[in-house]
Amino acid sequence: MIYLDNAATSWPKPPAVAEAMVRFLEQVGASPGRSSHRLSVEAGRIIYQVREDLAKLFNCPDPLHIVFGLNATEALNLALQGYLRPGDQVITSSMEHNSVMRPLRALEKRGVELTVLPCSGEGFLEPGLIEEAIRPNTVMIVLNHASNVIGTLLPVREAGRIARRNGLLLLVDAAQTAGAYPIDMERQNIDLLAFTGHKSLLGPQGTGGLCIGPRVDLERLEPLKRGGTGSRSKFEEQPDFLPDMCESGTLNAVGLAGLGAGVRFVLAQGLTSIRHHEARLTQRLIDGLRSIPGLTVYGSGDAHQQTATISFNIEGLLPSEVGLRLDEGYEIMCRVGLHCAPAAHKTIGTFPQGTVRFSLSLFNTEQDVEAAVDAVVKIAQEGKASAPYQSQCPLLG
Amino acid sequence: MKEKNCGVVLFYSNSAAIRAEKVTLEAGLAVKLIPVPRNLSSDCGVALRFDWDDRAEVEKLLEATDVPFNSICRI
Repeated sequence: MIYLDNAATSWPKPPAVAEAMVRFLEQVGASPGRSSHRLSVEAGRIIYQVREDLAKLFNCPDPLHIVFGLNATEALNLALQGYLRPGDQVITSSMEHNSVMRPLRALEKRGVELTVLPCSGEGFLEPGLIEEAIRPNTVMIVLNHASNVIGTLLPVREAGRIARRNGLLLLVDAAQTAGAYPIDMERQNIDLLAFTGHKSLLGPQGTGGLCIGPRVDLERLEPLKRGGTGSRSKFEEQPDFLPDMCESGTLNAVGLAGLGAGVRFVLAQGLTSIRHHEARLTQRLIDGLRSIPGLTVYGSGDAHQQTATISFNIEGLLPSEVGLRLDEGYEIMCRVGLHCAPAAHKTIGTFPQGTVRFSLSLFNTEQDVEAAVDAVVKIAQEGKASAPYQSQCPLLG
Repeated sequence: MKEKNCGVVLFYSNSAAIRAEKVTLEAGLAVKLIPVPRNLSSDCGVALRFDWDDRAEVEKLLEATDVPFNSICRI
């Protein structure tokens, strides 16, 4: 079995992740930040350590300004819905995931002005376009660090410089890069960094968060949820300090214990070594796929300009058919379709059929890549003639 | 640590209390997170108990490491 769906959820995880979760459930278990007994305090310590480890990984100025939630989607919703007001303009790219696009389209209906900058067919964004789109009412630039469809890196550093020069906030969706690619909130001028725990940070699903930089006006940031925080309990109003103001309700402590182990694994491995391994395999996979007749591989073709996510299509076959054959015939797990990013597919010219997506992790090997390329070679050779699923589908004729 | 010669730091946020514990322990101070004494009002359920003789050092450490706290009281 070869797992190439790491851009959705990374798997496998380092053994320390499950061990930390088991230890939490068996030996700690209590609510962090609520009671004051030793188990509750220990739960609080475990979670605080995750804040510190993440702050180190992202060079986030203050660990207490990292608020935890379910995933990057929740963090992005907090940043977008919590900060933008009718009359504000927000700038984004045409390579965004629906976790950015859907909140922005909903905000647009409520009077937020949205500018979507066009990207090239390979997913690149010309930074000059950002500057040209700025107006007097521009408040925020929102970019994904790398596309979840083709892995192409967007110019976050340049966007940060532009944001700083123009007094704007930069919100970065790091779902695809946190734990796989270097991120430095201070040097890259990132004001808001949304991350998820279950991809390259190697944690479990249901963990993620938002790192909030010092330039964000907390009085303007509205929490998505209000409720119990274990603090200011005699007041019926929400606390106005971080992280409590954005962390109502008991946290996913067992999940965060696992996330902490994942982050520490990443820190111990080092991003340089992770990146080196993934880039080497990515280039091998790109080159292998590009050598197959009848295949279109999307993106730049250069592993140094993207993450370990590769999208392709086989001429005459639907992505769903290819995915089924990879799973049934070769036990290769991948993702097919639109990957929740219709704008990105329109940009690269694969809307509405989508693509087949292979995404690697640091645990994949050269053998995995070779086996995947060999499987695609065979599927492409067999072609449409032996596509029972596709030929039996009346909708496809 | 005798209770009669102790002080407590009160915090707004539990996360800040945990950070304060970490910072002071790393500096070699004898501290303990305890339930906030009933006679003291506080925003958060735990307080950091310390030896009152270390008061100046505790305050200096918390300020130097940007740990937000509410107040420091003798108990």
